[in-house]
Amino acid sequence: MSIIDSVLDDFFWRALLGGLGVALVAGPLGCFVVWRRMAYFGDTLAHSALLGIALSFLISVPLNIGVIITCITIAIALVLLSRTRALATDTLLGILAHSALAIGLVTLSFMPDVRVDLTGLLFGDLLAMARLDLLWIYGGAAFVLTLLAILWRGLLMSTIHEELARVEGVPVERLRLALMLMFSLVIAVAMKIVGVLLITALLIIPAATARRLAKNPEHMMALAVVFGFIAVTGGLSLSWHLDTPAGPSVVVTAFLSFLLVYSTARNTSH
Amino acid sequence: MPDQLVQLNQLTVQFDDRPVVDRVDLTVRRGDIITIIGPNGAGKTTLIKAILGIQRASSGRISRSSRLVIGYVPQHLSLESTLPLSVRRFMLLSGRSDHECLAALERTGVGHLVDASVHHLSGGETQRLLLARALARRPDLLVLDEPAQGVDINGQAALYDLIRQLRDELNCGVIMISHDLHLVMAATDKVICLNQHVCCSGYPADISHDPAFIETFGHQVAESLAVYHHHHNHRHNLHGDVVTSAGHHGACDHEHH
Repeated sequence: MSIIDSVLDDFFWRALLGGLGVALVAGPLGCFVVWRRMAYFGDTLAHSALLGIALSFLISVPLNIGVIITCITIAIALVLLSRTRALATDTLLGILAHSALAIGLVTLSFMPDVRVDLTGLLFGDLLAMARLDLLWIYGGAAFVLTLLAILWRGLLMSTIHEELARVEGVPVERLRLALMLMFSLVIAVAMKIVGVLLITALLIIPAATARRLAKNPEHMMALAVVFGFIAVTGGLSLSWHLDTPAGPSVVVTAFLSFLLVYSTARNTSH
Repeated sequence: MPDQLVQLNQLTVQFDDRPVVDRVDLTVRRGDIITIIGPNGAGKTTLIKAILGIQRASSGRISRSSRLVIGYVPQHLSLESTLPLSVRRFMLLSGRSDHECLAALERTGVGHLVDASVHHLSGGETQRLLLARALARRPDLLVLDEPAQGVDINGQAALYDLIRQLRDELNCGVIMISHDLHLVMAATDKVICLNQHVCCSGYPADISHDPAFIETFGHQVAESLAVYHHHHNHRHNLHGDVVTSAGHHGACDHEHH
């Protein structure tokens, strides 16, 4: 017990444990972001997390709950709006992403008695990881990974070819909703480590790095987790030793491993 | 299962109050090969999607026989190249056994590609892979959206021939969209010329004389098809075998009806 306690008492180890937990789910979900071309969509959800924080303060609910509910609401709004086809999806995403971010910032500025570390929210904070956050991260990770395993065949099939999946009886719409629920959860728990502006990077870069070496979908996910671990460990160490902001340090490390893999590895993937 | 697989009754699909498919009646039975032809924007793909159950009808009725298994060959398999996927894995995702998947690949002539990446296939190989995947499900109804797209001209004839053989082996119904009028006319039992509504339908030989067909496709197409029909039962396939016309509804012996 005492070793575990002394580890959990140290903020650096808490941050590292939290970061590794985030990478554990960011890898598999990041693969879906890459496969389904949802990078901009992920950005929009992440930006709306800030709105979620502001709203949580406004009606005093726990931050994680507020962020998850806001993200899911925005995700459903996006799906419904994109069906009307009044605007191109990327325009719609751009409008919602930046509006959510701006409304969140404006709302926060109306609450002078609420002291929030804005830089920490936007770019991540090594010091912010509490014991309760670890519980959220690992609980969330266990939930998301279990759900992914259960829905795996249907998710993969609807990603490969949506119409073919529908003809074969895959509940495509419900799976899309489940995927959004998982994204919202991951954004809520990843926010503390890398900040809302850089969450998408933690989803995409390890998955894209893994693509170069992957033989099959599961292999790509496992590799994405490994590259996520490398990014988190390297980035947080950098942040600890050089006092650089946590989120950007993680992303820089992820980017360096991406460059390394793409410049050295021969493309033998499938 | 009854012979009647799908029946459309005054089926209409509208986008923004504009009918894309307009009051179509159609019955697909076991053993039928029905080809839908028509100009661009005629609603061919929409009609197919309504039959597949992935496009809601605005009015009219679709009845499918109970527990109908549909094998679908989509128009393009535009696979996301960021998703690493082998032919074997793609086949196994159908939920069928490894043995069944391999047999289906062998049947469509792409068994040797089982360990290849789906991203490295040619147009013809991709179409045969898609056909194998539909085949592995042992369908009652095979639905194909322009199956010969991206296939060279010799391969096209062989592909339509294969579809006809599969119809015989599975005793399934086949409904397909095609632009390859010459090949279709030889390979099909019944042609439906769609231009939102069904402008004409019938046996290939009859339809090329139909005024509605000539109006839609022009005299030149109609005449070239009529000429073609005098030759088509001496056609050879890729192996050099003589190919007789489909289902014996072929042009020459029925032209005098």
